Amino acid sequence: MHRTESLHIDETQKCEIGIYDQSMRLISRDLTPINVPSRQWVQRDMHITHGREGSMESALSRSGLWLVALLIAVAACAAAVDTGFAIHMGLVALACIIGLVVTLRGLDLSKAIMAPDQGRYDDDVIRWGVIATVFWGMAGFLAGLFIALQLALPALNLGLEWTAFGRLRPLHTSAVIFAFGGNALIATSFYVVQRTCRARLAFPGLARFVFWGYQLFIVLAATGYLLGITQGKEYAEPEWYVDLWLTIVWVAYLAVFVGTIVKRTEPHIYVANWFYLSFIVTVAMLHIVNNLNWPVSFVGSRSYPIFAGVQGALVQWWYGHNAVGFFLTAGFLAMMYYFVPKQAERPVYSYRLSIIHFWALIFLYIWAGPHHLHYTALPDWAQTLGMVFSVMLWMPSWGGMINGLMTLNGAWDKVRTDPIIRMMVMALAFYGMSTFEGPMMSIKSVNSLSHYTDWTIGHVHSGALGWNGMITFAAVYYLVPRLWNRERLYSLRMVNWHFWLATVGIVFYAASMWVAGITQGLMWREYGADGYLVNSFAETVLALKPMFFLRAFGGLLYLAGAVIMTINVWRTILGHQRDEAAMSDAAYDPEKDRPILTAPAVA
Amino acid sequence: MSTHSTYDMLRHLADSWGLVVMTGIFLGLCLWPFRPGAKPLNREVANSIFKDEDDV
Repeated sequence: MHRTESLHIDETQKCEIGIYDQSMRLISRDLTPINVPSRQWVQRDMHITHGREGSMESALSRSGLWLVALLIAVAACAAAVDTGFAIHMGLVALACIIGLVVTLRGLDLSKAIMAPDQGRYDDDVIRWGVIATVFWGMAGFLAGLFIALQLALPALNLGLEWTAFGRLRPLHTSAVIFAFGGNALIATSFYVVQRTCRARLAFPGLARFVFWGYQLFIVLAATGYLLGITQGKEYAEPEWYVDLWLTIVWVAYLAVFVGTIVKRTEPHIYVANWFYLSFIVTVAMLHIVNNLNWPVSFVGSRSYPIFAGVQGALVQWWYGHNAVGFFLTAGFLAMMYYFVPKQAERPVYSYRLSIIHFWALIFLYIWAGPHHLHYTALPDWAQTLGMVFSVMLWMPSWGGMINGLMTLNGAWDKVRTDPIIRMMVMALAFYGMSTFEGPMMSIKSVNSLSHYTDWTIGHVHSGALGWNGMITFAAVYYLVPRLWNRERLYSLRMVNWHFWLATVGIVFYAASMWVAGITQGLMWREYGADGYLVNSFAETVLALKPMFFLRAFGGLLYLAGAVIMTINVWRTILGHQRDEAAMSDAAYDPEKDRPILTAPAVA
Repeated sequence: MSTHSTYDMLRHLADSWGLVVMTGIFLGLCLWPFRPGAKPLNREVANSIFKDEDDV
């Protein structure tokens, strides 16, 4: 039998010798821990492998591919019919040059790809993904704070087209949803699918392509917004060529995920993977249908949609609402169903309930989109359909929330002692609150007050900051010590600070937007005795100004919490440990720990 | 078939047999984990994420 031996040695002299057969399946493994501190795994790999002759040819052919891509990008840049497209092709060419240089300098990415050690998880992409999550989170939150201040202080638009609110707003939404949320989903899905399938990631080269390809998508989308390149569709702003690129990356993502499930050693597919898979498949479907556009020029950045009028509006909100349902809900529920039980060290409260939660979400969410189009040209029956399905969604959502919260049944003390659990509980609480608020706002009579007002913005942020943000932060805090082989986080007390800053920030944000939205809704619909509207639009804006400042203050607190997280993650990666008192301890006072001296009872 | 009659056909299919079939599939999928004998399996899967904590 052809055998491959791999030997791993780390600084603590832990030796791991594995013997593998031809298909790199582990035959036997010899663990010789000589001096192993807790959770200290192998740091440096030393592979003694056979059959690496192919790596030279593959490096050559890969640099050839980079060169061809570079030439195409340069040609497209030269032929571009508008400046935006030329700049974008320049960025693509730059990405090709980076890829070419990395390949030619022989930076051996191929070790993990060409001769993977099947006895170990492939965590490189996950580590990059966690760093990207923190980085894009900071960028997105900062952009959010800036545009919140622009609404309160219009001078901050700076009088430049590139920094106007209309261009920075999609930068903020895409940065937090697709860059922060998307990287968190890619990183955690690769982590969870490997651990729950007990199998190494399939197609390691493709997995790396998914990560870097997704970052290129983010850069092209973000720069496009600033340049004014947009389809004008909310959450689907990137133009046709960026959409095509994302489609390629997404299909690769699906292949890696499904490939890993196929090679699993566990007989069952854990429910978190169902949620991840539904997220990947549905987002692919939504993205393709809503971006069926025809470009004006194949070397230009403009395109026109296939659907027009009310059909176009319905397709857009079918996309838009299911982006919320499958990107921001199903994907993050997958995180919840893995990380909450792991951090609580208890299995999920009810596995059956999690399956009902899954199917109810799949079957109901997809019909809820028309509630974005109440009182429009959309047929009345379609509006009512959207409303009814939205209201029905309330039940599975709360089932899922209860399932997550009850996982802590019998371990509720962890809410007091473990700030990561506290974050998860707060995330679930906000999941429950926003999935109650959403169905309520989808009821037509409520919607007639709330639609187009800041109430909607408040609702979105209680979900995004509270549910998506908090569960992602908790997952990041869970992952970082494990991915970088650290004994613990740099500081648990800083997690606690992050928790409180974020929570108070959300309260300021949501409360001010409720007040602003209802004020706005009531002022817009106020008629005088003569049948004319009482308030002009500018008067409603003036009435909201204090709320805009309060909202920006909430955003500042949330951003401050994220800064603390960045420092904490950074120091943890560096291997530092903050010298700090434990989060909680049973009370002990040495002064009182002695017998009571009283006069002897002789009388 | 004209555009209008296609719409009409799909519209009526959606709120009659289409709805019945979808509801049936949905209920079947929801009831599936409650089938007799599924309890130990559900418990095993729910605990499967802790397997990595006590093996080498």
